Parts: sequence; C-alpha cells; structure tokens
Amino acid sequence: MLRLDRRGRIGLLVLTLVTAGALFAPVVAPVDPDAQRDVVATRFLPPLTSDAHGIFHPLGTDRLGRDVWSRLVYGARVSLAVGALAMGISLVIGIGVGTAAAAGPRPLRTLLLGTTDFALGLPRVVLLLLLAALWQPSALLIIVVLGVTGWMPVARLVHAEVRTQLARPYVEAATALGAAPLRILARHALPNALAPVIALATLGVGNAITLEAGLSFLGLGVQPPAASWGTMIASGRDTAVNAPWVGLAPGIALVLVVVGCTLLADAVQDAVQER
Amino acid sequence: MLVAVLRGAAVVLGVVTLTFLLLHLAPGDPVQRLLGPAAGAEEIEAGRRALGLDRPLLEQYVAWIGQVLQGDFGVSLAQGRPAAALLAEAWPATAVLVLLSIGLSWLTGILVGALQANTQRRGLDTSLSAVTVAFNAMPGYWLGLALVMLFTYQLRWLPAFGATGLDAEFLSGPARLADRLRHLALPLTTLTLIGFGANARFTRAAMGELTRAPFLLAARARGLVERRVVVRHQLRSALVPIVTLLGLSLPAIFSGAVFVEAIFAWPGVGQVLVQAVQARDYPVVMAAATISAVLVVTGNLLAEFLVSIVDPRVRDASA
Repeated sequence: MLRLDRRGRIGLLVLTLVTAGALFAPVVAPVDPDAQRDVVATRFLPPLTSDAHGIFHPLGTDRLGRDVWSRLVYGARVSLAVGALAMGISLVIGIGVGTAAAAGPRPLRTLLLGTTDFALGLPRVVLLLLLAALWQPSALLIIVVLGVTGWMPVARLVHAEVRTQLARPYVEAATALGAAPLRILARHALPNALAPVIALATLGVGNAITLEAGLSFLGLGVQPPAASWGTMIASGRDTAVNAPWVGLAPGIALVLVVVGCTLLADAVQDAVQER
Repeated sequence: MLVAVLRGAAVVLGVVTLTFLLLHLAPGDPVQRLLGPAAGAEEIEAGRRALGLDRPLLEQYVAWIGQVLQGDFGVSLAQGRPAAALLAEAWPATAVLVLLSIGLSWLTGILVGALQANTQRRGLDTSLSAVTVAFNAMPGYWLGLALVMLFTYQLRWLPAFGATGLDAEFLSGPARLADRLRHLALPLTTLTLIGFGANARFTRAAMGELTRAPFLLAARARGLVERRVVVRHQLRSALVPIVTLLGLSLPAIFSGAVFVEAIFAWPGVGQVLVQAVQARDYPVVMAAATISAVLVVTGNLLAEFLVSIVDPRVRDASA
C-alpha cells in the first residue's frame, strides 16, 4: 500500500468529507435545495439567520429564497459525479490507448502516439465551448465531452510506464515460465504501471470539476434550477452587490475540493516515487 | 525544425476540420437565427442558398479552405462585416491581456518557486505552498468575481467592466492612459494570479530536484556566490522544463482568457468567439478557431526553439 504524508492525509480527509456530505445530502442539508417559500420575505437572508418560517439558513438564502447551504451540498453531487465519471471515461480511453501503444506492433504505436500528440495540441476549452454550445447542454454531455478531451495525458503516462515495466526482468521470467503475453500484460505489467496514474487521475478529477463549473457558469453546462456550483457562482454574480455570500460559498467549496485533489495527488506522486 | 513545423500545420488543419464538422453537424441554423421565428420554410431555404449553405459539406469545406489560403475568412453572418475585421478589432485587447499576464505570472511564479526550493525555513515553504495550491485551484471566473466584490463593490476603487470608461473619448493623453490601466487592473490580476500558482508550483518542483545536484555542489566548491549559483546554474537548468511547460500551457492561458473576458466584458477574441458560437456565425467561429489554433501551435514551436537556446544539448542534437 502507498503511505501518504500529512499533506496527502489532509487532502484525503477533505475529499472524504465532501463525498460523504454529497452522499448523505438529505441528512446534511435538511432543507429542499429547490424550495421557494415566500420569496419576498425569505430572499437574500444573510448567513446564520432564520427566516419567518423558523428555518435556519447557515449560509443564507439566494434571490429566490432558496437555502444556499442545501444548494451547495446538492451541488456537490453534480460536481463530484461529473468529475469522477469524466475522469473514468478518460482513464478507460487513456489506459486502453496507452497499453495498446506500449505493447502493440510498431505501426500501431506510431499511429496511437501520433493521435495522442495531435489531440493534445487541440485547444480543449474551444472544443468544450463548441460542443457545449452547439448541442443541448446537459450533465451527461459535459461528462462525455470532458471525458473524451481528457484522456491524452493518461495515455502518454500509461504508455511510458507499461514500456518500462515490459523491459523489467520479471517479464522475462514470466515468459520463461510460459505465461502468455496478454496475461503478463494484464496481470503484471499493467497493475505495476498504474500507481503513477492514480496521481494523474486525482488531479484530473479536480480539473474536470473546475471545467464543469466553468461551463455551467457560462450557461453551457448543468441547467438551472438544478443546483451546480457553476450555476450558483453565475447567479451569485448577478447579486454580488447585496448578497455576496451566494457567489462566494460555491467558489470556496470548489477551491477546497480542488486543493484536496492537488494535495492528494502530490502525496501519491511522492509516495510512488519513493517506493 | 521542419518536422515540427509540419506537425504544427497538421494540428492546425485538424482543429479547423474538426471545428468545421462540429459546427455544421450540430443542430441550430444560422439562417433561422438571422431571419427570426416568423420566417417561413421557403425564405429560410432561399437564405441558405444565398449563403451557399445548401451545398454538400465537402464542397463547402474545400471552398472555405481555398478562400482562407487567399487570406479571406468570409463575411460574418450576424453582423455583415468581414470576419477578419471583427477579429482584427478584438485581437489587440486579448494580446495585451494575455502577454502581460504571461510575463507577470512567470516572473512572480519563478521568483516564489525559486525561493521555496532554496529556503531553509520550512514554515515559509509550507505557507507559500498553501498560497500557490489555493491559487492553482481557483477558477478564473470565480477569482474575478471575488476581486470585483472587493475592489469594485466594497472599496469602489476599480471598474469591473469593459476596457475603457464611458467618457474615454473625451479624455486627454495621461487621463486616457490612467483610464485604460484602471480597466486593465482587475482582468490582468485575475489571469495573472491563476497562472502564478501553477508556475510557482512547477518552478519549485523543477528547482527542488536540483538542490542536491552534484554540479551545484561543484559550483559552490569553486567559491561562487550563492546568488550566482542559483541564477546561473540552478535556474538555468530548471529553465528547460519550465520553458517547455510555458509552451504547453498556452492553450490553457488562452482558455483562461476566454473565461476572464466573459466576466469582465473585456472586448477580446474570447468574447467574439463565445458570441459567434451562440449565433451560429460560421465564418467568425471558423476564423477565430483557425487563428487561435495557429497562435497555440506557434507558441509551442517558439517554446521548442527557446528550449534549444537554453539547452545546448537539444540545440546540438537538432543541428
């Protein structure tokens, strides 16, 4: 097992807390995130106040009187799901391409690596903007788009790692024992090559979460009234003068999660290198 | 070098082809948007024919490439002006923002990263790490919003929107410059700070790996002053990965600029691109995508060239 340093444990703790909060959202945030009661009486309540119905709002309310804390917690579901699923797609494509390039015949390697380099050269956000603006925006579209535009670093890393592993003496030993090449690849080389990929994937999740929020912020991602950190920041922008907490809270949550991913990724990277 | 240029050209062609396909295959019709909901099917058909949009896709594609090779990007569907002129107007604003922020974020990033790599005080290193990790994690549009809340709404020091004030036309030289600088302050700070975190982290890692390198020990043993050891030997060696990263980060800087321009209503290429995508303004989107692809590829080539200047081994290998 990998041993994480203090930095890594802090990152892991932050991510665990946020994930638990998202999973148990109804418990953590009892108020319905989309509930609008008396809009005029309950809108723009500052943090730590109770409204006329006696409902306590730890982070205040937005312009429609919706509870900001509830929207933050339910928005975490969107952010984490999009980040994890998008990175999952990137991992599947990246590991597939990287392994095939490392273990396949020479022409295949040239073709796959060429494609990877080419795809790395494409400006990702321009593609994201195009795809998200041209098709009907939805969470599913964002996941797919982020997934298929994020696999290239994974493919490069897996390719390099698997090639290093295949050159190791244990592969020769396994071959001498009569193990089939595919078995060596799947049971030995690939698992040994995956440790550094964990660090990259953790970083990638944070990256995908930021991009999802960015697209939602521009109105090209998750559509209101569904709570997403990006749409919350966008609506907070419109009310920045009289209710700054509406936009500040989701941003701070976003920074926390991405910092958590970065710390964890750094620690994993160091632990892998030490091993 | 020739190989690198050819590869760059292939990337540009790829981006352009992909954009073209996505744009034309996606739902949404520019003519319908142009004529409004009241237009009948016949009018839309006539409009499409007038613009040449009824021809086969391949034919349109070849025609477009032929035009571009002659330097003609076509006429904006939404505004009736040449697409090239629209971008030419927007381009200086983006260039000012992007170039200044690249310079500032690398200068501060390298300084802080070098300090962290060489300081003996662990507390200083840790607290600077916390700052750089946080900035690295911050999305530009949110940092921009937070800065606007502080400097525009609370302190009332700086303007939050546009590149010039409403009265800019009537200002004389120095006052006009001050107006421009005040409008530049917040977008530039935002773009610089988000780049700064990543750059400092990367410099710290690149220089940190070298702190125990034998050649630095040798340099110190020869009696070189510490500053000379750090700047001439450690930093110079670390510059190879740093310059490579600078080239690779150009697409990210460009995309950061798109978001920052959207927040601050900065009249640059990013804003033209977002508006054109929403209006299905084919010629403008294609022109913007082509130019940004060319810029990014040129930046990467430039970085490769710079690496060969910094690292004699690379220079000699390619010569």
